Amino acid sequence: MASVQVVNVSLPSLPSGWSADKDFKPVGALSAAVQRNIEPVGPHFLAHARRKRHARTFSEDERIQAQQNVKKTEEDEDEDISEDEDPMMLSRDAKDWKAQDHYAVLGLTKYRWRATPEQIKRAHRKKVLRHHPDKKAAMGQRDENDNFFKCIQKATELLLDPVRRRQFDSVDEAADIDPPSKKDVQKGNFYKLWGPVFKAEGRFSNKQPVPQLGDEDSTQESVETFYNFWYNFDSWRSFEYLDEDIPDDGEGRDQKRQTEKKNANARRKRKSEDIARLRELVDECLALDERIKKFRQQARAGKDAKRKAKEDEAKRLIEERERAKAEEEEKKKNAEEAAKAEREEKKKAKEAAKNAAKKNKRVLKGSVKDVNYFADGEASAAQVDAVLTDVDLVMSKIDVDELAELASRLTIAGKDSGAVKAAWAAESQRLVEAGKLKGGEVKAFA
Amino acid sequence: MGDAVNGASETERFAIGISFGNSSSSIARISPEGKAEVIANEEGDRQIPSILSYIDGEEYHGTQAKAQLIRNSSNTVAYFRDYLGKDFKSIDATPCHQSAHPQQKDSTVAFTIRDTESETRNTVTVSEITTRHLRRLKQSATDFLGKEVNAAVITVPTNFTDAQREALIAAAKAAGIEVLQLIAEPVAAVMAYDARPEATVTDKLVVVADFGGTRSDVAVIACRGGMYTILATAHDYELGGASLDQVIIDHFAKEFIKKHKTDPREDARGLAKLKLEGEGTRKALSLSANAQLSIESLVDGIDYGSTVNRTRFELLSNKVFAQFTGLIEQVVKKAELDVLDIDEVIFSGGASHTPKIAQLAANIFPETTTILAPSTSTSAINPSELSARGAAFQASLVQEFDAEDIEQSIHPMVTVTPHLSKAIGVEFTSNNETSFQPLLNADTALPARRIAQYTAPKEGGDVLVRVCEGAREIKVTKPEPKTKEEKPADDEDSDFDSDEEEEDIREIVWKTENPVAELAVKGVKAGSKVEVMVHVNPDLGLQIAVREVGGSTAVRGAINGSA
Repeated sequence: MASVQVVNVSLPSLPSGWSADKDFKPVGALSAAVQRNIEPVGPHFLAHARRKRHARTFSEDERIQAQQNVKKTEEDEDEDISEDEDPMMLSRDAKDWKAQDHYAVLGLTKYRWRATPEQIKRAHRKKVLRHHPDKKAAMGQRDENDNFFKCIQKATELLLDPVRRRQFDSVDEAADIDPPSKKDVQKGNFYKLWGPVFKAEGRFSNKQPVPQLGDEDSTQESVETFYNFWYNFDSWRSFEYLDEDIPDDGEGRDQKRQTEKKNANARRKRKSEDIARLRELVDECLALDERIKKFRQQARAGKDAKRKAKEDEAKRLIEERERAKAEEEEKKKNAEEAAKAEREEKKKAKEAAKNAAKKNKRVLKGSVKDVNYFADGEASAAQVDAVLTDVDLVMSKIDVDELAELASRLTIAGKDSGAVKAAWAAESQRLVEAGKLKGGEVKAFA
Repeated sequence: MGDAVNGASETERFAIGISFGNSSSSIARISPEGKAEVIANEEGDRQIPSILSYIDGEEYHGTQAKAQLIRNSSNTVAYFRDYLGKDFKSIDATPCHQSAHPQQKDSTVAFTIRDTESETRNTVTVSEITTRHLRRLKQSATDFLGKEVNAAVITVPTNFTDAQREALIAAAKAAGIEVLQLIAEPVAAVMAYDARPEATVTDKLVVVADFGGTRSDVAVIACRGGMYTILATAHDYELGGASLDQVIIDHFAKEFIKKHKTDPREDARGLAKLKLEGEGTRKALSLSANAQLSIESLVDGIDYGSTVNRTRFELLSNKVFAQFTGLIEQVVKKAELDVLDIDEVIFSGGASHTPKIAQLAANIFPETTTILAPSTSTSAINPSELSARGAAFQASLVQEFDAEDIEQSIHPMVTVTPHLSKAIGVEFTSNNETSFQPLLNADTALPARRIAQYTAPKEGGDVLVRVCEGAREIKVTKPEPKTKEEKPADDEDSDFDSDEEEEDIREIVWKTENPVAELAVKGVKAGSKVEVMVHVNPDLGLQIAVREVGGSTAVRGAINGSA
C-alpha cells in the first residue's frame, strides 16, 4: 500500500518570487467526492475495514499490525516451559530410567499427556542446552557425570515415540486426579471436585471428545450420556510399561517364556483391576450425584401426578355409576307406587260401579214392585212372576250405563204405573231395536 | 446465534471457494503452498455441470446428470441458479426447455420430478435443489481434501438481489455449509489474477467479461491500491455459450437435412443429442482448428458424423460474436469511460475460451491494454476457474474471522466510501511544457495515501511541487494523409492496411485543471529525487509532505476538508 512509485519525470524549478509560510501554500480545494460501494474482498479491503472500524489512520494501523506480528513470534519463544529442577531428579541414575517421571525431566509437568510433540521437542532442546555434558565441562565441573543428560535423552526418545508414550501415559500416576472423599463433596462443590477426575480419566478414552460431568443445570439427557459413556468406557490404557524386564542374556528360553507369561498375566490382571477401579469410581460419583436424585424425584413426581389423576378418574366413574343406579331405583319405586294407587282407584271405582248397579237393579225391581206389578189390584203370583222375569231379562241385556239411565227414568216415573210401564216398554223396545232382545220376548211391558 | 458461534469454535472451520453458476459450478481452495487450485470431483471434472438427475430414487450429479438430459429429461433439473429466491413471474424459463420445467409453488419456483423410488412425482423447490447441489459439491471437496468442509465463500452475479442472497445462504446452510461471504463474480475474477504471487498492486481499470453458458455479464472495475470498485455493469441473459452452440446445431442440422431430408431439431431427443454433442464440438473448436461431431442414431436410427473447421464456425458465428463485443463496448460507455482508459480486459466464463471473441475484443482496445484470455495471453488463467479461485482466495482470508466480524466488515457502513471524482497529481515539466501525471487516480476510495518519487531538475536547486487535480482528455489527431502516388501498384492487402492507417490516432492527454497546493523544496542536490506523499481524508482534507530523498527535513502542509 505504502509502496513508493518512482516517476521518471522532472519537477519544475521554483519560479523566482515564489514564497510562502513554511514553504507551503494552499491554493484550492478538491472537487466533491462520489460515494461508491467498494467490493468487500481482498487483503487491502480487509485492511481498509480494519482501519475504518477501529478508526485508525494508515500509520497507526501499520504500527498496530506490526506489533501484533511481533508479539506472536515472541509468544512462540516464550511459551517454553521453565520449571524448577528438583536436585533429587538431577542426581538420578540414568540406568533407572523406567522409574523416572519423563515429563518432569523435560519440565513439562504442567502439560503431561496434553504436551504436543512440538512442545516436547522444544523442551528437549532447552534442557539439552543447559545440561549438555560439554557445557558442564566448560563450566569447570570436572566430574564426568552426564547422568541427567542421559535421562533427558531417554525421556525425549520415549515421549516422541507415540506407542511408548502411550505406554508411559497409561501408568503416569502423576497425571491422575484422586477422587474426592465423601466429606469433601458434602462440604464443597460436587461438580468442581469430580469434574477434573473424569477429565483426567478421559485421556484414556478411545472415543474423543469425552463427555464432561457438567453442572447442576445439565439436562437429563447429557447426564445420562455421561454415565452411559463411563459405564461403557473404551480405554486404551495398557500396562506394558510395568513389565518385568525379560533377561536377554540367553540364560534359557524357558525362563524367558516364563517371564513373558508372567508379564502377560500381570498386564491382564492390572487391566481388569483398572476396569473395576473405574467402575467403582463411576458408581461412587453416581451415588453422590444430586442430579440423579433430582431426575428421579421429577420422574416420581410426574408418576405420582399421573397415578393421582388415574385414581381420581376411577373414583369419579364409580360415583357416577352409583348416582345413576340410585336415580333409576327411585324412578322404579315411583312408578310402582303410581301403579298401586291406580289399581286401588280402579278397584274402588269398580266397587262403586258394582254398588251403583246393585242399587239401580234394586230401583228397577222396586219400580215394578212399587206399581204393584202393573196390576190394578193385588197382583197375582203369575203376573208378578212374569213381570219379574221380564225385568231380569231386560236387566241381563243392558249394561251398567243403560241400567243407570233406566233407573233414573224409573225414579222420575215414581209410582205412576203408566209412566213406569212406558219407561220399561221404551227400554225393551230400544233393546229389540238394538237386536239384543227378540220382539215379543218381553211381554209384561207391552 | 450462540449455538452457531459455539459450533464454529468447537469444530474447526474449513472453508473453500465455490463458484455456483447456472450451467456449471466449481470448487477451489488455497493449497498449503498458497496457490489457488480448483478441485476435481469424483469424475475428474473441474467444471461440474449444475445439473441433478434422478433415476429410481438415485441421484446423479454433474456430467452424469447432464447425459440424462437426453433420456430422462423430465427428471433432470438444470439451469436453476437464477431461479433461486425469485418468484415465478419474474423468471425466464427458456433454458429449462429441455429439462424439468419450473413451476410455481407458493411464492417460489419448484420442479416436479420423480426423485424417490416410488412412482409418484414430488414437487421440489429450487432451494431444495440448490441444497442438494451444494451438498454434492461439499462432498466432492471433502472427499478430495480428506477433511470435512463446513464453510465457503460463494460467488454470485453483481445483480443478485438480497432475496436471492438470503435464499442462497439458507440453502447452503441446509447443506451444512456456513456461507462466510457472498462475493461478486467479476471481482472474484480480478482477485484470482491479483492473488497470484507475482502480481503487484497497481491502479488499473479492468473490464471483466464473463461469458457463461446461458448468460453474459460484463463489469468495469476500478482497482485502486488493491481495493475494487465496480463502476458499471451490463448483462445479457440470452447471450452465452448456448448461443454459439445454437450456431453449431443449426449448421449440422442443415447438413443433415441435405442428406436425409429430415430435421433432427424437430425430434426432442435428437435435439438434445445435438445440443450435448454440439457443445462438445464447440469446445473442441476453441482448442483445435478442426472438430468432429458424431452421433449414433440421431433420428430414425441414422448415425451421423461430420466435421467442422474453426474458420467456418467463426464465419457462422459472426453475429453472435458481435453481440459479445457490443456488450463490452456498451459497459465501457456506461461507465463514462473510453476504451483508452481500460488497462486490462479479463475474460472469464466458459465461452471465453473461444479464441475469436478475445481477438475481436483486442481490436476494440488499444495495444496497451492487456487482454487476459487463453488465446491472447499465455499467462492467462483458465477463464472457467477464475471465480472459484477468487472465492477460494477470499475464503482463505476470512476463514479465521468470526461470523460477526465478517458481517461488520462487509456492512455498508464500511463499504460505502467517498471516491475521488478527479485524479490528483503533480505538475511537472517536460520539454519546457508543463504537464501533469496522476498520483491518485479518479475513483480512488478514500482515505487513500500515495507516495511517489520524482526526479528533480538536473541542475538541482529549489523545486516547486504543485499538487493539482487533473482531467483526462482524448486527443484526436488526424494522421498525415499519405500520398497515394507513392504506392500505386499495391495489392489488396496493403490497401486494407492503408485503410486502417487512415483512422484517427487517439491518445490520452492529461491537463491540469484545479491547482490545490504548492510546496517548495529548497536546495535540492543535482540529480537527486524528491519524494511526495499525499494523503487524502474521507472528508477531502489533504496532507502533503515533500522531501528530498535522503534529506532529513520535509515540507508539510495540510488542507482542511469540506466537512
